[in-house]
Amino acid sequence: MADQDTIDLVKTIEVDKYKYGFETDIESDYAPKGLNEDIVRFISAKKGEPAWMLEWRLEAYRAWTHMEEPTWAKVHYPKIDFQDLYYYAAPKSMAAPKSLDEIDPKLLETYAKLGIPLKEQEILAGVRKQGEKSTLDDDGNEVTAGRVAIDAVFDSVSVVTTFKAELAKAGVIFCSISEALREHPILVKQYLGSVVPAGDNYYAALNAGVFSDGSFVYVPPGVRCPMELSTYFRMNAKNTGQFERTLIIADKGSYVSYLEGCTAPTREESQLHAAVVELIALDDAEIKYSTVQNWYPGDAEGKGGVYNFVTKRGDCRGARSKISWTQVETGSAITWKYPSCILRGESSRGEFYSIAISNGRQQVDSGTKMIHLGKNSSSRIVSKGIAAGRSDNTYRGLVSAHRKALNARNFTQCDSLLIGDQCGAHTVPYIEAKTSTAIFEHEATTSKISDDQMFYCMSRGLSQEEAVALFVNGFVRDVLQQLPMEFMAETQKLIGISLEGSVG
Amino acid sequence: MLKIENLHVKLEDENREILKGLSLSVKPGEVHAIMGPNGSGKSTLSYVLAGRDGYEVTEGEAMFNGEDLLAMDPNTRAAKGVFLAFQYPIEIPGVATMQFLKVALNAQRKARGEKELSIPEFMRFVKDRAAKLNISQDMLKRPVNVGFSGGEKKRAEVLQMAVLEPSLCILDETDSGLDIDALKVVADGVNALRSPVRAMIVITHYQRLLDYIVPDFVHVLSAGKIVKSGGKELAHELEKNGYADYAEKVA
Ligand SMILES: Nc1ncnc2c1ncn2[C@@H]1O[C@H](COP(=O)(O)OP(=O)(O)O)[C@@H](O)[C@H]1O
Ligand SMILES: [Mg+2]
Repeated sequence: MADQDTIDLVKTIEVDKYKYGFETDIESDYAPKGLNEDIVRFISAKKGEPAWMLEWRLEAYRAWTHMEEPTWAKVHYPKIDFQDLYYYAAPKSMAAPKSLDEIDPKLLETYAKLGIPLKEQEILAGVRKQGEKSTLDDDGNEVTAGRVAIDAVFDSVSVVTTFKAELAKAGVIFCSISEALREHPILVKQYLGSVVPAGDNYYAALNAGVFSDGSFVYVPPGVRCPMELSTYFRMNAKNTGQFERTLIIADKGSYVSYLEGCTAPTREESQLHAAVVELIALDDAEIKYSTVQNWYPGDAEGKGGVYNFVTKRGDCRGARSKISWTQVETGSAITWKYPSCILRGESSRGEFYSIAISNGRQQVDSGTKMIHLGKNSSSRIVSKGIAAGRSDNTYRGLVSAHRKALNARNFTQCDSLLIGDQCGAHTVPYIEAKTSTAIFEHEATTSKISDDQMFYCMSRGLSQEEAVALFVNGFVRDVLQQLPMEFMAETQKLIGISLEGSVG
Repeated sequence: MLKIENLHVKLEDENREILKGLSLSVKPGEVHAIMGPNGSGKSTLSYVLAGRDGYEVTEGEAMFNGEDLLAMDPNTRAAKGVFLAFQYPIEIPGVATMQFLKVALNAQRKARGEKELSIPEFMRFVKDRAAKLNISQDMLKRPVNVGFSGGEKKRAEVLQMAVLEPSLCILDETDSGLDIDALKVVADGVNALRSPVRAMIVITHYQRLLDYIVPDFVHVLSAGKIVKSGGKELAHELEKNGYADYAEKVA
């Protein structure tokens, strides 16, 4: 495309094609608007939490009131009025915990519309085509999807968790964090805040004070979790922040793979989402954590959209433990997110695979921290940033090695792809090695789709949009392959959708 | 099928005319060879027919099955049956050749209102066509043209053609850079596609290819115009005397 064409394309950009923007008309219980200690007490009481938990929350909240909003990220947005938000919203019909059969049909319908059936018999009957031969991998082999247990979180409450009985047989605990606080308080108390302390940063402190729900996973020693676990977050209520908290513990020698998905309705006002995720892997344990984040990105002019301020951190606490983060970030108006690994255990391993797509007016500042503390610990970072429209896309990463982290190894690969010439891609790597035995490698590339490549694809019958989607899917292939098989095909489609309107 | 009338093409960014009144008529089932010295405008003709940016048609027209070809987007032309085997095929990193074929075929089928092939149907179809061109499974997994040798690139172009089954095949110097064995494989692949409903325009600098893909007509392109047309014997004449005669005529 000639330059004029590119300019024309950018003018016609239209990102209002968000497919998950519908709203569910459901009566909700709200906490009074605004934030103070009473709201914290209100949430804790709603959840029927033990007293120590309320104390923990209050301490975090008090710490937060003395903290400043961070400004170092390359994102710009109007100041948030934290007193103008609701901190708790729950469908009225969810007042009492219910079995699957009693769930408000409106909620079931919402999830079905999102492509996520919650009734196990439907899942088994293949509504979601699980278990069906569904897609073609790069080697031309057909890929069969397995079963997935789902925890569905609607605004501030967990609606239902599927396949609980089957998981319990294997000793795996998978439930909402509210339920875990009631049913497994000792486990929660032992680990909550042990990776992301209550006062870790501005948004983490806010979350610790007012988090309303999220998922809890515990996998006992030596157990390989028999299916994929997944949480689906849906923000529905207006002017309501979503603050979820997830805690996953993989005990010695265990393995679990977990995926979270997120969507929200199309709204003119921005919505705040500040989550905290903590992962703990003990000796020889492995956690694979995947995210497909598709919160409403705002319209073409940058109106509305979710502010996604998230703290995710994994602690490779045990020897030879492994934590792997895979993220596909396509939504949100603003993303501020750095899933990190503390590589404490000897020979522990951290991985971060990221696809971050920005279009329209989206702003992404995302990356990871690999903090090497243990001997022979290793890490790998593969980041693929795709910027289109008038968006800004920053990779920000830290790799550090402590004095005692002998032979720490890191490999970082940061690739950016620019679509059009009104967007920006930035790479900000920080490296700190306090031992001379550390070997850190960093590679970075920036590329564009050339006119010749575009013409070649079109001469084979692809439209411009199909060509961009194909190109982008090729660009992100290494990372896409890290996703659980069950989600690969859907994610590929999502990538195509999120780039619609990026070319004329 | 294709009727080019008095086509004048200049570069968009430069005031330089490349094609200066070219006319050509191609009927279904025919194979036309276009021969000419380097720089005479052979690739330009193929690009203009396929719809590449950067050229401006100042005069004349090209009708394809009665429709104005030059008014269509490149992907519309493809869906209607125009295919160009590139002189210099383009690399698409990260996209497996098999995947590319699938997306391209389905995009064309969709544009024509046909239903997509099922995965097993598609796989069988491609494997069969690939085998005939000596293209291994391994090569189908590799990203489109990335790290392909010159010969592999040309075979891959012919494979795309065999899979997409266009009605008008334009081959731009598909023989260049091939040794004699590779040339035979490619020519066999092309000949297998010859049919009463399909036409071909075979662009080449050398007569050698035309021993294997025997044309019905040969045209000599020089300085942006067809200066002589004839049967296949014209190619042999050119082989003997070179292009010198024709270059003079224009000058
Ligand atoms: N995109 C372009 N930009 C600049 N010059 C071009 C371009 N396309 C073709 N030309 C020029 O037009 C003439 C014809 O080129 P081409 O069509 O490639 O000839 P052939 O394929 O017969 O060798 C050459 O002088 C070439 O340099
Ligand atoms: Mg040429």
